[in-house]
Amino acid sequence: MMGRTIFIDPGRCIGCQACVSACRECDSHRGKSMIHLDYTDEGSSVASLPTVCMHCEDPVAPCAEVCPADAILVTADGVVQQADTTRCIGCANCVNACPFGVPKIDLQAKLQMKCNLCYDRTAYGLAPMCATVCPTGALFYGTLEELQAERPGVQVADTFVFGESEVRTGVAMVVPAERVQWPVPGGLPVVEINGKDVRR
Amino acid sequence: MTADPRAADGRTVVPLDPSLAPPGTRGFRDAGGIPADRWHADQNGETLVPTHCCFCGVQCGMYLRVDHGGKVFGVEPRNHDINRMRLCPKGINAYQQVNHPDRLTAPLMRRSRDEELREVSWDEALDFTVSEIKRIQQTHGRDAFGVLGGASLFSEKTYLVGKFARVALKTRHVDYNGRLCMVSAAGANKLAFNIDRAGNPFSDILLTDCLLLAGANVGECFPVLTQYVWGARDRGATLIVIDPRETAVARTADIHVALRSGTDSAFFNSVLNVVIEEGLTDEAYLAAHATGWEEVKANVAQYPPARAAEICGVPAEQIVQVARAFARAPKAMAFHARGIEHHTQGVENCLSVINLCTATGHIGKPGAGYGTLTGQGNGQGGREHGQKADLLPGGRSILNEEHRRQICEVWGIEESELPAAGTSMMEMVWQMQRREIRGLIGICNNPFVSLPNYAVVKEGYDTTEFHAQFDFFLSETAANAHVVFPVTIWAEDEGVMANAEARVVKHNKAQEPPAGVRTDTWAMCEIARRLGAGDKFAFGGSRDVFDELRRASAGTVIDYSGITYERLEETGGISWPCPSTDHPGTPRLFEDGTTYHTDGKIHMQVVEWHPPADPYDDEHPMTLTTGRTVAHFLSGNQTRRLGALVEQTPRPWAEVHPSHGFRNGEPVRVVTRRGSEVFPALVTEAIRPDTVFIPYHWPVPTAANALTIDALDPRSKIPEYKVCACRIEHAATIDEVPAPPVAPGHVAYPETQVSRTDPLPPTAPQGRGTSERS
Ligand code: SF4
Ligand code: SF4
Repeated sequence: MMGRTIFIDPGRCIGCQACVSACRECDSHRGKSMIHLDYTDEGSSVASLPTVCMHCEDPVAPCAEVCPADAILVTADGVVQQADTTRCIGCANCVNACPFGVPKIDLQAKLQMKCNLCYDRTAYGLAPMCATVCPTGALFYGTLEELQAERPGVQVADTFVFGESEVRTGVAMVVPAERVQWPVPGGLPVVEINGKDVRR
Repeated sequence: MTADPRAADGRTVVPLDPSLAPPGTRGFRDAGGIPADRWHADQNGETLVPTHCCFCGVQCGMYLRVDHGGKVFGVEPRNHDINRMRLCPKGINAYQQVNHPDRLTAPLMRRSRDEELREVSWDEALDFTVSEIKRIQQTHGRDAFGVLGGASLFSEKTYLVGKFARVALKTRHVDYNGRLCMVSAAGANKLAFNIDRAGNPFSDILLTDCLLLAGANVGECFPVLTQYVWGARDRGATLIVIDPRETAVARTADIHVALRSGTDSAFFNSVLNVVIEEGLTDEAYLAAHATGWEEVKANVAQYPPARAAEICGVPAEQIVQVARAFARAPKAMAFHARGIEHHTQGVENCLSVINLCTATGHIGKPGAGYGTLTGQGNGQGGREHGQKADLLPGGRSILNEEHRRQICEVWGIEESELPAAGTSMMEMVWQMQRREIRGLIGICNNPFVSLPNYAVVKEGYDTTEFHAQFDFFLSETAANAHVVFPVTIWAEDEGVMANAEARVVKHNKAQEPPAGVRTDTWAMCEIARRLGAGDKFAFGGSRDVFDELRRASAGTVIDYSGITYERLEETGGISWPCPSTDHPGTPRLFEDGTTYHTDGKIHMQVVEWHPPADPYDDEHPMTLTTGRTVAHFLSGNQTRRLGALVEQTPRPWAEVHPSHGFRNGEPVRVVTRRGSEVFPALVTEAIRPDTVFIPYHWPVPTAANALTIDALDPRSKIPEYKVCACRIEHAATIDEVPAPPVAPGHVAYPETQVSRTDPLPPTAPQGRGTSERS
C-alpha cells in the first residue's frame, strides 16, 4: 500500500456531500466534481458512501491500460492522473474499463476527467480537498499508521474482487474487522449471503 | 491531558487529550495542517483572509480567497480549533454569495404595494422611511412601529438593533428571529442555572462515555460536529439518539429512540423515573447542588416506562436502556436542538433533560454536561445583548429597575425614556394583523418562509402601512416590502459571533462592499440620526459598537468586557463570561459546582407532559414535523441561490413510510388545519409510519410553514414547528418551487434554475439527491 493515501470509511459517511462540493472547488478540475456519492440501500436506510478514484495498483490502472492515446499517466508514487488534455481524444475507453465507475467524459470538450488525488495539493503536503473538509472523517488522508492511531482497532482492505478478477488499489476502504481477510466485493456476482462467504 | 483549560499565555485551550483529537486531524495539524502565516502570504497573487462560516452555530473557521482585485473568489479550509479544516457543503459554497449576481446593490422602494419596486437613491429611501416612521408614531403612538432583527447578524449589529429600537424609535416592540430558534433552551437554562448558554465546549464530547442527542439532526444541521461524535465513538462512547426519523447519525446509534413528536418530556420524565427506580441517582451531588429534587422525584413517579411507552410510541425497554446507559456512564452529555425545543412545551422539554443530567450528576465536568446546538451562526450571541423583546444588553431584564438604570447610564438616556418589554416575533405579527403595529423594519430575516402559518404572516405584513427590510438578497419578505435597503454580507464587515459553545469568534472583512451597498450599522445609525438621535449613534463601525457593547455587558453574567478584537484574533475565540482582559474566558461552566443563581444551586423544575397544541382527529391522524436539510440554511434566501446547493437539494419533499402505499416521487398532498400542499413523496423506512417530514427552506406553494401551526410555548414564545396534526392523500400534480425573487433589472441566475425544472424529487434517503444528476 502507498504511504499517504485516502481511506474511505463508509460507516462514518453522513451523505452531506461536502466532499462533492469541495471537489468542485479544487483547482485541477474547477467547477466539476469527480466524486460519486452512492446510496447503498435507498428507501430503507440513510446509508451513503463516497467513491473517489481508487488509484488502482495491480493490475496497473485499467483506465490507463486501455487508453489508446496514452493520455492517462501513473506517477511514480502511484497516483493515476487525469487524462492529459493535449492527448485525450475523448473515446471513453477508460470509462468502460474502470471497475469502480470513476472517470467521467466531457463529450463537448472530448476530455476525460477524474480524481487525481489533488496532485496540486498533495505535492505540497496538503490533503486532497475532499478528505480535508469531510466533516466526519469518512474520507481520511494520511498513512495507515495515522489512521490507526486515531481510530484504534480500525481495519482496512485494499483488494476488491469483481467476479474472477481481483484489483489491488492505492486507496483503501475501512472494513469491519472480521471481514479484513477477504477482499471487498466490488461488483457482481454476490459473494456473501446471510453473512456467509459463498465463494470459497 | 491538559486538565486546565487556561494556558499560561492566556490563550483559551480546549482541554483535549492529544490521543482524542477529532478523527483525521492530527496528521493534518502536524504535517499537512496549513500554517496560517504561510497561507496568509501572497502565494499565487491571492490573499487568504481568516474568518468563519456565516451559517450555523458551529462557526467553522475558513479562509476566504481574495484575488488581486480585492474580490472574494474562493474558500480554503482553515485549521481552526473548532472545525480543524472540516467544512460542510454550505460552508464550502458560502463564498459564492459574496459576488453573486443576485446581490442587491441599490435601495428599492415603492410608495404603495400596488406599485412595482424600483431602484432609488439611499437618500430617497431613507427620507421615505423616516417620514413614515414619524407619521405612524405621531398618529398611533411610538409602539405602533416595530423592529425585527436576526441572529445571523454580528453581535455588534444585534446590540445596535436593540438600542436602535429603544433609543432611536423609542418603541418597546423589538424582537428577532432567534425567537424561532432556541429560546426554549435559553428559557430552561435561565430557570435552572440562571445563565443562558451551553455548559460545555464541543471538545468535551470527545471525553464523554455516553452522548445523548435529543432532537438534534447533527449530520445535516451541524455536520462538522459529527467528527466529535465519531471521535467519542472511537473511544467507545455509547451514542443515544432521540428522533422520530432515522437520521444519518441515528443510523449508527447504540440506541435510537424513534419517539412520536411532541412527547419528549414524557420520555425524559420516564427515563428519570427508571434512574430513580434503579438507584442510579447521584444523591450526594443532588444534596449539595440542587433544589427542587423532592418535587421532581415525586412528579416523575407518575411516568413509569409502561405509561411513557404508550405516550411516546416506543418500547418501554428502550426507556430502561437509555436510563441505564446514561446514568451508569462515568461521564455523560446531553445535547438537544430544535427537535425538542420547537414545541409549546419547549422549555419544559429542555428542563426535563436538565433534570436528568442533574439527577445523575452529569454536569460541570470534562465530558459531562448539557448543551443546545444553535441553528444560526449567532443564535447564541444574537440574544445576549438586547435584541430580544424582554432583554437589555448583557442579558439584563428590561423589567428590572436596577438593570434599566445601568443601561440608561451607558446609553445616556433617562430611565423614563426606556420603553417597557415588547412582545415576541409571532405575537408582533398578530399585532400587525390587528393594526396595533402599523410599521416595521425587518433586519436580515425572512418570516415569509420561516414563520409558521404563512397565511397569518402574509396577512400581518400586508396589513402594515409601512415595511422596510434590510438584506443583501431580495428575500420573499423583502420582495413584499415598501423599502429594501441593500446591506453588506458577512465578508464585507468585521464583527463577532458567539457559537453554540458561547465561544466568541471574530469574523474579518475580506472585501469592500459593492458600490451602493452600506453596512447595517451605517444604515441604522443614519436612520437614527435622521430621527434626531444622532448623538447616541455616532459609531464609525463595528469596533466602536463592540467597545460600547463590552461596557454595556460589564458586570453581568454575559460579560464581554475582557474580550477584545485583538485577543480574539490571537486566541481563535474566547468563551464568556470574560470579565477582564487577563481573564481566559469560561469554556466550561459550573466546574466548582455553583450555578449563577444567588444560592449557587441548580433549580430543578417539575415538568408535566401535555399533548401538542394541534389535536389529532379522524381527519388529521398523523404528525407533520419539519426540519432542515444539509444543503440549505433556514429560509433558504442565501442557499437557494447557490448552484451547487440547489443541485444537491433542488426542492422540498414529503418523507413518508412505505406503509402508506406511495411510490417514490408520487405526488402526496399533505393537509393540515392551515392548508394543503403537494410534494413528491420520498418513501423511506427511516421515518415513523405515523409521521410525515417536510424540510422548511422553501416558500409557498412548497412551504412547510404554510402547514405548521402558530401555537407558542407560553414561556419562550417559540412556535410549535415540530408537531401538528395532518393527513396525506394522493394528488395529481406536484407543486412547483418558485425561483428566489431578484431585484428589478436583475436576471434570475441561471445556475440556480438548473434543477428547478426537474419534476422528480431527490430519490435518496433524507432527500439528498445523488451527485450524478447530469
Ligand atoms: S463529505 Fe464525508 S460525510 Fe459528507 S458525503 Fe462526503 S464522504 Fe460522506
Ligand atoms: S454551516 Fe455550520 S457546519 Fe457547515 S461549514 Fe458552516 S459553520 Fe461549519
